[in-house]
Amino acid sequence: MSKAPLLSTTEQSPPPGLLARAFDSDLAYSFLRSPITMAAAAVVLLFALIALFAPWVSPRNPFDLATVSLLDSLLPPSWAEGGDARFLLGTDDQGRDLLSAIFYGTRISLVVGLASVAFAALLGISLGLLSGYLGGTLDAVIMRIADVQLTFPAILIALLIDGVVTALIGSQGDADTAYFVLILSIGLSFWVQYARTVRGSTMVEKSKEYVQAARLMGLSSFTIMRRHILPNVMGPVLVIATINLALAIILEATLSFLGVGVPPTEPSLGTLIRVGNDFLFSGEWWITFFPGLALALLALAVNLLGDWLRDALNPKLR
Amino acid sequence: MAELQVPRQRAKAASASDRPLVEVSGLAKSFDVSPPWLTRVLRGQGRLRLAAVDGISFAIPQGRTFSLVGESGCGKSTVARLLVGLYEPSAGEVIFDGQPVAGRRNRARLQAVRHRLQMVFQDPYASLNPRMRVADIVAEPIRAHRLIEGEAPIRRRVGELLEQVRLSPGDGVRFPHEFSGGQRQRISIARALASEPDFIVCDEPTSALDVSVQAQILNLLKELQREYALTYLFISHDLAVVFHVSDYLGVMYLGRLVEWGPAESIFTAPKHPYTRMLLDAIPDLEMSGRPRAPVAGEVPSPIDPPSGCHFHPRCPHAFDRCRIEAPQPTPGSGGVLVRCHAFAEGKIA
Amino acid sequence: MAPAKKSGPVLEVKNLRVAFATRRGMLVAVDDVSFAIGEGEVLGVVGESGAGKSLTGQAIIGLLEPPGHIAGGEIRLDGSRIDNLPYEGLRRIRGKEIGMVFQDPLTSLNPLYTIGRQLIETIRTHLALSPAAARKRAIDLLAEVGIPSPARRIEHYPHQLSGGLRQRVVIALALCANPRLVIADEPTTALDVSIQAQIIAVLKKLCREHGAAVMLITHDMGVIAETADRVAVMYAGRLAEIGPVRDVVQRPQHPYTRGLMGSIPKLGARTRRLTQIEGSMPRLNAIPSGCAFHPRCPQAFERCPRERPELLPAGASLAACWLHAPAEAAGLG
Repeated sequence: MSKAPLLSTTEQSPPPGLLARAFDSDLAYSFLRSPITMAAAAVVLLFALIALFAPWVSPRNPFDLATVSLLDSLLPPSWAEGGDARFLLGTDDQGRDLLSAIFYGTRISLVVGLASVAFAALLGISLGLLSGYLGGTLDAVIMRIADVQLTFPAILIALLIDGVVTALIGSQGDADTAYFVLILSIGLSFWVQYARTVRGSTMVEKSKEYVQAARLMGLSSFTIMRRHILPNVMGPVLVIATINLALAIILEATLSFLGVGVPPTEPSLGTLIRVGNDFLFSGEWWITFFPGLALALLALAVNLLGDWLRDALNPKLR
Repeated sequence: MAELQVPRQRAKAASASDRPLVEVSGLAKSFDVSPPWLTRVLRGQGRLRLAAVDGISFAIPQGRTFSLVGESGCGKSTVARLLVGLYEPSAGEVIFDGQPVAGRRNRARLQAVRHRLQMVFQDPYASLNPRMRVADIVAEPIRAHRLIEGEAPIRRRVGELLEQVRLSPGDGVRFPHEFSGGQRQRISIARALASEPDFIVCDEPTSALDVSVQAQILNLLKELQREYALTYLFISHDLAVVFHVSDYLGVMYLGRLVEWGPAESIFTAPKHPYTRMLLDAIPDLEMSGRPRAPVAGEVPSPIDPPSGCHFHPRCPHAFDRCRIEAPQPTPGSGGVLVRCHAFAEGKIA
Repeated sequence: MAPAKKSGPVLEVKNLRVAFATRRGMLVAVDDVSFAIGEGEVLGVVGESGAGKSLTGQAIIGLLEPPGHIAGGEIRLDGSRIDNLPYEGLRRIRGKEIGMVFQDPLTSLNPLYTIGRQLIETIRTHLALSPAAARKRAIDLLAEVGIPSPARRIEHYPHQLSGGLRQRVVIALALCANPRLVIADEPTTALDVSIQAQIIAVLKKLCREHGAAVMLITHDMGVIAETADRVAVMYAGRLAEIGPVRDVVQRPQHPYTRGLMGSIPKLGARTRRLTQIEGSMPRLNAIPSGCAFHPRCPQAFERCPRERPELLPAGASLAACWLHAPAEAAGLG
């Protein structure tokens, strides 16, 4: 037998493309075997599509003051006695169609939720990387701040930041500022979890030899963190982010319920719940019920997805 | 062996100069392993230092292999990392091609020669970034040191390097987890060769591999050394492997070199009692049934080493002086240096 | 206090098959392996990573991790079958009839209990002894494995002992109930070279004194040469060669064993190149047809890819290689 050069792998065919790998992966396999997860994913997808295409799928635009009439206020759902076929789920105290309000509200909830999770993740991952890789005093300071922050409940922190920023810039009532402040406060209450997880993973990866090889090349700490460590610590982040999303949505709803969230002219699900709260005892139950149901469904579906993702990505369970 | 298309930048081989390429003198490194401040205060303890490397000197001529051998805790891995600048020494010098490169004040000099120093690591599963493609891993030193400009020439060079380690250039698009341990070590070697180094530190490159794969990697390393006049520092705990690859050898015990010099001399006539014990511990595949005295005792903890000569509790030739005084290097036959009072006083030949 | 000699082998493994059910199909990790170990005998099972030797050991003790399972064959201890026992039956055998020594002494011992407590607990589980008698037996065992000041050390926790001493404790644990069989899976791999020789000596001496049969699983041929009476070489889940250790080590009959022995660096004449076997061991889902070694074999011929060889007599050993089939053997020099 001639001394042929070593074959690198037993199969010589070109490696499969990204899509093929994705469909064939263990992740896809576990997804397809779990009906609950598939249902949860379908629900989330539905909500996302509704949020995205709200202006086109809503029966009417609840924010267009021209189409809203006080005469239509407090109508019960269409199947109940006194209901109007035009308003499937009834109307609120200002005459807005509840179904449309829910669609638009979902949009706000999802946008605020995603933006604050993105902000929290960005902040948390950066601080976690720096803390874990550079260590020393920087690490100690960041972790102490994190520890202190963890002793406060998220709502309190959000309220605090909201209050401080509003006081600083004055209550100009600018809608964009309100969103910005909201996203800032929710994001700031959630960054710690990312930072801690990323810090732990960073410390593990830092001791591995491929990082030493990179240091040997004279690469700067920043380059090493970005190119070598970051991609390898992102795994758990995805799981945290998914579960965080549900929390962020609920936190936003809570803040809006308390009246310090989104401006009242563009109600999110939380605002709708608050508004409806006042009418619960006078019998107009639907104003609170349907937005509440939508919120619960969305949060549940996102949570279930996060659960599945965590189990599917856990190397020990595979 | 594939022909290189990129011209080599430096002259080959031993004719260059008779100054050793790498010289180490009085190298020492200690780590602070104290418990946290509060614990120390409560227990009334002082700081704890671990002297991993305790004053080491040796030289490696160009194109040759110097092996550092010893058991766990002897400090050989620390020496490896000191030589390539991953740690800063607590004392002593590392001189590379005539230039001191160790320590904070020599940072600039180290930066200038970084591409000439490389390392191959022990764990094939941790030495490659799992998220990078093999081609990018191998190309990284080229890009970091800006040795070649342009994507296409870099890709070609990566292909050549992969062929040199007996992988195919098409493997560049794959990820590390698609390869076996032996193949990953080849990728590590390709990465080490990418910056056209003069000096490669091999830190137990085959300890984690099966014996037949080890043979392939050792053969490959030797071929590459011949082809490119590379200088190796080879770290291992396996004397049989070291026998096969070394020109020079240093035996370490608890941070000190106890015997060092030409490998041939040490293997044929070991002088230090520890070296003799290590050689004796090599299993006898010839099955000659030679009587073996198994080594007594265990390697002590490096945090609290025995006084004087570190080896005296386990040494069959120890006497009073060994407990008190650390031995100085004594020359022996065959160009060897030995740190042993018994040897210096002629008690053992 | 060696028990009276019984006739017949202590351990008999016949046509053992271990397979894994994966979503891509059934992977066979151990394929039709048979061997026997007599009383007081040390059988070395040697092979590289992926050869299936650890799985064989796990199958015998019944510690296969699902989805691995025994897919065929039988395992007999002192004549009675143990591979088809229910969980309770296996549990009673483990520790009492079969002792185990694993690779990493740090994880074999419970860090929360003193070594004395672990020893005494194991002794009393399998032997009906009073606490005082069990404690005395534990101290005696520690002395037997060469632990200095056993009466004092018995109160220590595992982390207070060095690696070599911990492994001695593990050996003592394995032997405390006087098992018929000891399975040691890479007992010295995690230890320093000078300690390895000590531990091997202890294991060998004690097993001889207790009359236990030993199955020594390792990738280190040197350890085998020093310790074993017979050796079985495994490749890709199959037996490549089995025979007396002196013959297999010095006159290997299977091309794989020859390649393996040639790749081991030895002291002596400095050779230019170590013998190397081209390629690598096949993955479980890509085992070649016929003889699993044929793609890498320098002496392969037409029969090799066609038919899987059975173990054929070759000198004092058995080798699974068509080169030793009578017709071919006549044609070789």
